[in-house]
Amino acid sequence: MKVLTVNFLTCAVKACKTSPLSFPLHFQDAELEQSDIEYNPSFLRNILPRVDWEALKVTANELGFTTVPAEKPNPAPTPTNPDTNPTETIKESPEAQPADDKVMRDLHTLLLETEVREGKMVCGNCGHEYKIKEGIANFLLPSHLV
Amino acid sequence: MSSDGPQNDSNVYEDTHVHQVYEQIASHFSSTRYKPWPIVERFLTGLPDGAIGLDVGCGNGKYLAVNPNVFIIASDRSTNLVKIATQHRPHTSVAADNLSLPHPSSAFDFAISIAVIHHLSTPARRIEAVAAVLDTLRPSTPTTGTSSGGQMSIGKALIYVWALEQKHSRRGWDEGDEQDVMVPWVMKQKTTAEGTEERKTFNRYYHLYRQGELDHDIIEAGGLVLESGYEKDNWWAIAIRQPQ
Repeated sequence: MKVLTVNFLTCAVKACKTSPLSFPLHFQDAELEQSDIEYNPSFLRNILPRVDWEALKVTANELGFTTVPAEKPNPAPTPTNPDTNPTETIKESPEAQPADDKVMRDLHTLLLETEVREGKMVCGNCGHEYKIKEGIANFLLPSHLV
Repeated sequence: MSSDGPQNDSNVYEDTHVHQVYEQIASHFSSTRYKPWPIVERFLTGLPDGAIGLDVGCGNGKYLAVNPNVFIIASDRSTNLVKIATQHRPHTSVAADNLSLPHPSSAFDFAISIAVIHHLSTPARRIEAVAAVLDTLRPSTPTTGTSSGGQMSIGKALIYVWALEQKHSRRGWDEGDEQDVMVPWVMKQKTTAEGTEERKTFNRYYHLYRQGELDHDIIEAGGLVLESGYEKDNWWAIAIRQPQ
């Protein structure tokens, strides 16, 4: 399971969804594996606006990654201009690239190449543990929690 | 144990007549499911680059390979199917129940649930399953005031279910027929030493949708149907959350 995925997971128990404590889930005993995925800067730039940065920092810290910037990098050239055509801002922008490259490559490694093979994720609200085995997280609840 | 009454009965019924069946036929089922349906393909290829979404009830994950520019978190109730789906990089597949999805609300650009909700055995549970999908979608009004999300559009879901009206299909059902049916899956297995073939039949529960029923369920679940139709023995609909 990719680290990016954890940014889009929360506790499966309905009562926990409204609690801020249920997101992100917290790792315990995580065993990591690096896979090799082709670096695709435009894909990465396009998914970044959807990443919850505070949650990612918590996750990265729990997994021992220390290179995540305090603020979300914004590789778009004119991010705050409301008149900018959205399709323009996410196009390739060579001049903005060099400064971000190292940060973006580190993010690629963390979000897409790092896989959690074994371990568990724990809900900060109810304490329920979700096991990860052979890279697959299991969110099926025991009947008393459904 | 009897305190949850009918709800618990439905759980047990679906566990026996849906979940356990897929768990046993997973590999054989997967070998027959490789061609994406055209409407699903069109929906996925029309998404903006970098969109993040869900495939609820992903089966063997045949839709994960359609658009390489989006990221999909796929889930299925059958862990054996999830193991097959997880081979589709760079996406992730997890084991989860569609009535207890492990995803934050209002976070996703899109969700698909293809040939899944017809396996739920009561009207209330089918509507609940639609509502669970809709709940994951980004609503029409931004929930936060941050400017970073300014370019993102509202989330859309594509839902597909088996139709009652399919008189030209192999099954031949049509208007007026029983909607709650058991559908056999015949699996040929090689038995040990002699190499003789054994046929084993598994029956799966389906609810066959009448014309208009899927749209009705989506509205009941708090959704707004943008587009809907019929394709090859199935009803489909593209929906968003009803604007508040």
